[in-house]
Amino acid sequence: MSLSTSDSATWVGATSAGARGANRGSRSGAPLLEVTDLSVTFTPREAPAVAAVDGVSFTVDEGEVVGLVGESGCGKSVTSLAIMGLLPRRGVQVGGRAVFAGQDLLTLGDAALRDIRGREIAMIFQDPLSSLNPVVPIGVQVAEVLVRHRKLDRAQARRESAELLERVGIPDPQRRLREYPHQLSGGMRQRALIAMAVACQPRLLIADEPTTALDVTIQAQTLDLLKDLVRSSGTALIMITHDLGVVAGMCDTVNVLYAGRVVETAERVPLFANPYHPYTVGLLGSIPRLDRARGDRLTPIPGSVRDQLPWPEGCAFAPRCDRRTDACIGRPPQLTRVVVPPRTHRCVNPVVPAPATLEEVS
Amino acid sequence: MTTATHDSHPNESRPSDGAPLLTVRDLSVYFPITRGLLFDRVVGHVKAVDGVDLTIARGSTYGLVGESGCGKSTLGRAILQLVPPTSGSVRFDGVELTTLGAQPLRAMRRRMQMIFQDPMSSLDPRQNIESILTEGLSAHGIGASRAERRDIIARTLDAVGLPQWALSRYPHEFSGGQRQRIGIARALVLGPELIVADEPVSALDVSIQAQVLNLLDELQATLGLTYLVIAHDLAAVRHIADVVGVMYLGTLVEEAASDDLYAQPLHPYTRALMSAVPVPDPEVEDRRERILLAGDLPSPANPPAGCRFHTRCPWVQPTRCRDERPQLVEHRPGHRVACHFVEDIASGRLQPRQREVELVRPVADTADVAVGPDVLV
Repeated sequence: MSLSTSDSATWVGATSAGARGANRGSRSGAPLLEVTDLSVTFTPREAPAVAAVDGVSFTVDEGEVVGLVGESGCGKSVTSLAIMGLLPRRGVQVGGRAVFAGQDLLTLGDAALRDIRGREIAMIFQDPLSSLNPVVPIGVQVAEVLVRHRKLDRAQARRESAELLERVGIPDPQRRLREYPHQLSGGMRQRALIAMAVACQPRLLIADEPTTALDVTIQAQTLDLLKDLVRSSGTALIMITHDLGVVAGMCDTVNVLYAGRVVETAERVPLFANPYHPYTVGLLGSIPRLDRARGDRLTPIPGSVRDQLPWPEGCAFAPRCDRRTDACIGRPPQLTRVVVPPRTHRCVNPVVPAPATLEEVS
Repeated sequence: MTTATHDSHPNESRPSDGAPLLTVRDLSVYFPITRGLLFDRVVGHVKAVDGVDLTIARGSTYGLVGESGCGKSTLGRAILQLVPPTSGSVRFDGVELTTLGAQPLRAMRRRMQMIFQDPMSSLDPRQNIESILTEGLSAHGIGASRAERRDIIARTLDAVGLPQWALSRYPHEFSGGQRQRIGIARALVLGPELIVADEPVSALDVSIQAQVLNLLDELQATLGLTYLVIAHDLAAVRHIADVVGVMYLGTLVEEAASDDLYAQPLHPYTRALMSAVPVPDPEVEDRRERILLAGDLPSPANPPAGCRFHTRCPWVQPTRCRDERPQLVEHRPGHRVACHFVEDIASGRLQPRQREVELVRPVADTADVAVGPDVLV
């Protein structure tokens, strides 16, 4: 795209990129973020507790793009909020571990978390209008991050904000800095949000449905920009989306979530080529595709997300599954690891017959 | 999903003989931009729909795609006369709707119904399903007795795959997909011929979208319905529509049979739109060339002169594009395109260029806030 100058020389503060590895002490080998057995339970007063996320584990390596995919209510957004420590204290129980560069984010104090949020881990939300402050000019909101984390003075911050806006493809950044969010178009707002997120060159970026509110052509621009930024700066990205098309174009590794648990994890190409879990198969079968012959009937998944079994009583997807067997009910299916090609899935009767080299991991 | 028997539904299958059910000619909808403290002074117009021609054959599905703000929803509403058109003609089964009086128009509405995007906000939360479905029947005086109405409603519920116990429930008790089925049932009870569906699946989860798309397909097959499906999701529209029209800034830029349009999109905007749709297949995604458009949709209050797409078009030429408005012309059988350089682009003689964002300062920036006299109160 012509808008974003993708050569890394123009990366704002590119000179500090080399020094970053040294002063932040990245440990080679260990993943950048390791989420282990994360669970989030909402415990409302006078209502039964709801396990929104139930033992989710995944890892993100340095520079890797990881997808969390699922339909509404599968716990993908709650997972990201829990990692960022953005869930309310009251009425929520968070369990498990989320180790980021050697620190467990879930046990960190507020002050320490505030230092990490925005600097080391940044987040892009779905709806740019509701995540920008409507009564503060864009420039102030972008500069705020730079002043808080990079300790720049106001003049420096203003100059760098303009460079950031230019970097994300906003024309005439000087004028845009003085404008308020409502004066920008939806795509422009999302770019401004991305500019704020990458302002401190975070090591991990979490994008929660970053393009769902945008039009297709603007979505293509935004995804292209994200890809560019991630590739040129080596930032790791967690992409949370319901759109398998977006996943197919961007992610290295994909985690498919259903009812708060990961039901399948694989690399992008094998996942789409032969999905193991019936839910993944169902999702792929229900999407109308531009590159397929017309007139093939879609094969939707029957029922809705509401028709689920609580995990302790069996597979949550069993009521909607056409490969249901007696073994699916009664005890929760375990995560099964297929060694070659590497993948894990949570199904007793997967679509591709399981080869002999299996081990149960949980 | 229950496959229902429709033999005695009020809407008997009609032959789909290809005769046009709906003919729209040069339809325009302008919304005035007003300004002024005491009196509204009209300072300009938002040309939401600007001279659209389209024809929908009986029993077929016409898909209308475009980005938000291109006027596709307004066009759908203007066809049903829910928004008064500024000029142009809408003929439904030979009857001119734009000049029809209120009473006959009301009677015509029985034959053309609408399905809305958000099933939650288009259903009254305080009416139960039976009441929602009966309202239309009694308004149009369909069904002689309560028992007869109940019978029609029961058959419609079967047709959309909802259980009979749904009748005594309220909208909040249903999931998104079921609510959309209720919205479809509400349109169907009257036995319409034309259904305008404005983004019928975009508020639903992926797995549910397919259920609703299949349901619309089945209903068309059994009831001989004619659809105008308005959506931004190109893949969904292509799946369900026979003919697809692509809108940009209030005008149709391309119209073709759905398979043709995909096999050979001719208008630069359609090409860009097609290439922007993500495909759930990594191999395809890695291979494909994206045509990235620079910038956003210009303001419809101040549309660019000449071809409306020239500010973002990668194939823009120094001549004609900026000053001469292209007409929708049939370039291949059944394939109409509004572009001066269709053949040159199709043959590859013209190559796309990367474009910088042009700074078009929208005039509507200030006009967004229409200050009416009510502000003074």
